[in-house]
Amino acid sequence: MSDEKANLPAVTAEEDHGQVQVAEPIPDPGIEPHENRITDIDPKAADRVERQVATMFSLAGLLAVLACVGYFAIPRDSEVTVGPLTGNANNLTLGLCLGFGLFLIGAGAIQWAKKLMVDVEISEDRHPAYSSPEQKTEITEAFQVGVEESGFTRRKLIRRSLIGAMALLGLPAIVLLRDLGPAPGRKLFGTIWAEGIRVVNDVTLRPIKPSDLVVGQLVNGAPANLAAMQEDSPVEYQNAKAKAAVIMVRIPPAEIQVPPGRENWGIDGILCYSKICTHVGCPISLYEQTTHHVLCPCHQSTFDLADGAKVIFGPAARPLPQLPLAVDAEGYIVAQSGFHEPVGPSFFERG
Amino acid sequence: MATKEFPPPVKWADDRLGIGKIGKNNLRKVFPDHWSFMLGEIALYSFIILLLTGVFLTFWFKPSMAEVEYQGSYSLLKGLHMSEAYASTLDISFDVRGGLLMRQIHHWAAILFVASMMVHLLRTFFTGAFRKPRELNWVIGFAMLFLGIIEGFIGYGLPDDLLSGTGLRITQGMIQASPVIGTWLSFFIFGGEFPGDDMVSRFFTIHVLLIPGLILALVTAHLFLVVYHKHTQYPGPGRTQKNVIGYPLWPVYTAKAGGFFFVVFGITALMGALLQINPVWLYGPYNPAEVTAGSQPDWYMGWLEGSVRLMPGFESTFWGITLSWNLIIPALLIPPAFVTLVAAYPFIEQWITGDHRDHHLLDRPRNMPTRTGIGAAFITFYGLLWIGGGNDLIATHFGISLNNVTWFLRFAVFLGPVLAFWVTRRIAISLQRADNERLLHGLESGIIVRSPDGEYYEKHSPISKYEAYSLTARDRTLPLEIGPETDDNGVRAPRRALKKVRASLSRFYFADAVQKPTAAEIEEAHAHAHAAHGHEDDHHEAVEGVTGTVEVDDATAHKVVEH
Ligand code: HEM
Ligand code: FES
Repeated sequence: MSDEKANLPAVTAEEDHGQVQVAEPIPDPGIEPHENRITDIDPKAADRVERQVATMFSLAGLLAVLACVGYFAIPRDSEVTVGPLTGNANNLTLGLCLGFGLFLIGAGAIQWAKKLMVDVEISEDRHPAYSSPEQKTEITEAFQVGVEESGFTRRKLIRRSLIGAMALLGLPAIVLLRDLGPAPGRKLFGTIWAEGIRVVNDVTLRPIKPSDLVVGQLVNGAPANLAAMQEDSPVEYQNAKAKAAVIMVRIPPAEIQVPPGRENWGIDGILCYSKICTHVGCPISLYEQTTHHVLCPCHQSTFDLADGAKVIFGPAARPLPQLPLAVDAEGYIVAQSGFHEPVGPSFFERG
Repeated sequence: MATKEFPPPVKWADDRLGIGKIGKNNLRKVFPDHWSFMLGEIALYSFIILLLTGVFLTFWFKPSMAEVEYQGSYSLLKGLHMSEAYASTLDISFDVRGGLLMRQIHHWAAILFVASMMVHLLRTFFTGAFRKPRELNWVIGFAMLFLGIIEGFIGYGLPDDLLSGTGLRITQGMIQASPVIGTWLSFFIFGGEFPGDDMVSRFFTIHVLLIPGLILALVTAHLFLVVYHKHTQYPGPGRTQKNVIGYPLWPVYTAKAGGFFFVVFGITALMGALLQINPVWLYGPYNPAEVTAGSQPDWYMGWLEGSVRLMPGFESTFWGITLSWNLIIPALLIPPAFVTLVAAYPFIEQWITGDHRDHHLLDRPRNMPTRTGIGAAFITFYGLLWIGGGNDLIATHFGISLNNVTWFLRFAVFLGPVLAFWVTRRIAISLQRADNERLLHGLESGIIVRSPDGEYYEKHSPISKYEAYSLTARDRTLPLEIGPETDDNGVRAPRRALKKVRASLSRFYFADAVQKPTAAEIEEAHAHAHAAHGHEDDHHEAVEGVTGTVEVDDATAHKVVEH
């Protein structure tokens, strides 16, 4: 067994620079003899390839010029139509000319290399990656001389204070990033919904009366105080919108299971929920009337709006928060209060 | 030989830089030839294409979330309020000539970049090219893949359209749900609440400066190491651990690789011209209260999406805190664990096999059945998660219920990889057997011969000595041995439990692998064939007769026959 073992990785495991033996049981026959290509023996064939390659290069040059001509000659907005497909003519011309041009340069060069350049394989020796023993000795000694001459190991005070200083330098590097953003504070806990704020249609911005909603209907709603924010601060507007979007549905009251404590949150079967998915915050969108299920398009969490918007399926863990509704003096739907819990994705401090 | 002087411009540079010395070692540097060695090249070239087209885009792209009213030439969105980033992306697409082409090339090249890096990684994995001394280059390559994916994702977010905004919202939700630091992290990244107005400008700097700079540095290191270690080669006649056989850099590789760059550039340009990608004008500007149905991220994010989609909705609330297991597990634990395993694989395998030798000859995947099986398991796991990322599309396309697809995948993600491992390993082993068969008995020629005494047999044609050598030019792999319990002085060997684990892992690694035949076995097959069909006149010069047995020089034969 002994000399077979010399070939096993298992046995030479700890031996760092051992060699892998592969030339057994069949000895290495050496590189296969070179086989001539047709272009190596037939000068006519070689000349044909030369013409081919030169044609490719010349066509590429021509296409480069054509691309420039197309750039100026074809109006920016002209369309081309091929069957059911349309495209911008200027763009298409540029792309096709450049694409084929580049491709032909490449194809020509590869053809040249494969058919005409000498294709005899040659061999080059490998050298180990590691340093030779002399180099190791030399470098170790040089390093030690440096350490000696600086006194780095002897002068402990210098060494320690330097290490300490370098370590502490990391602090400002982190602290300086503090102003990347404000502290989260209570920002994630509230929205701009509050008592008496009307629910408006998020496209027309019109307030909604209970009679505007037929059974089975769903509207995308927003708080009435949102639109005005856009003028003052588009950012505040977007941030507020990202949390305040709601959906309002009307379901036959008989089909609703009201969670305890929410008996007066709806109006004749009209219920309002946060539109922001409790999973990771996509706006939910697909409503199925017959089942009262609403589906989030991002990861398919499904909520039952007739049952406190509880999760029926998917990765979300919590029901959509519900907005308690009332009707104001003019008969429009308003919020009784803000949401009773944070909307959107969970977070650590949420409780 | 007469001394030669450089032509004047080269001399000028050589006098100052000594470029001649660099060229001396490298002009005729040898690279082995194989199609699978081009995968890394594709990645490199798509990166260069990304740099070129990306710089073009920066000339017009405005990385700002300030609100503007769109007045460009795309009439459907005229008058709409949107961010400058989105408006300038529309301008690039409709008002800058060649702008749409560059955007589309940039995006296609990004997809190709990540895809080619991944396939390159698989090539490296299945051929064992990551073994010593190349482990660090594996790690560098892995880091580039990681950065490339992040780079692509951030780039995808820059145009600030509805689709990319939704992707960012999802990411933000995951960050926010991280334990302890989630909300702080999210507020720091987005400059406050989502979406805020900092993200595009911050992401822009990361996208055009920070990550490309890092990738560029890593590419340089990666290529330097390829040159320093010299490329690996497949085993074959004349190819040894100590040489590298192939064509020289100058001129063959200069022409082939240079030409290949133009081919890749040409193809991405044609894709940019003909295949629409990310038509942001159809999605509209980002609006946090809207979403498009069936929205999909770029392909390389699909597996993370799937991981999140398949996880059931668990969450714990206690002591005033919330832990969202539905995100912690699929987004914060599984993907990092997966990528860490991939990144550390060379070190793990090395520990198990105990193999610390240099390896410059590649493995054929079948000769490492366990590794190949592990690779297949990883691919299956990744693939199933990726399919999970499109569970809604599968449900609607094939008319199956989404719940069933999801439930199926929830189990398949765990069982599929095990099955893939087992099947692949068995296939590899049978391929090894087939190789040995071929070696010992030659090729079945399909010709049935009737001998004078009425016996029928199939004529086997010999394989060439070159092929025979290629089939056997590999290690004999055996499991690690655990060593005696006590040493000569009766002292118990230290860390015995760990060694036992290691030995059993090693057994698992190698136990079922088929060994190549010994010289004795070859001899015997050879003799047997001659005895059976000895009447046939089949004298070939180098490779023997009907059975394709091979000449073995006496020294080798004896060495192995002894035991
Ligand atoms: C390293 C690899 C890179 C990847 C994977 C990548 C990926 C992407 C992707 C997927 C997009 C979205 C494109 C779209 O609109 O459809 C994008 C946009 C962009 N990228 Fe890159 N990119 C890379 C490097 C660069 C570099 C080096 C630059 C500039 C120096 C750059 C500049 C831009 C700009 C300005 C945009 C936004 C323009 C637009 O969307 O029209 N990228 N990138
Ligand atoms: S964001 Fe709604 S399911 Fe993930």
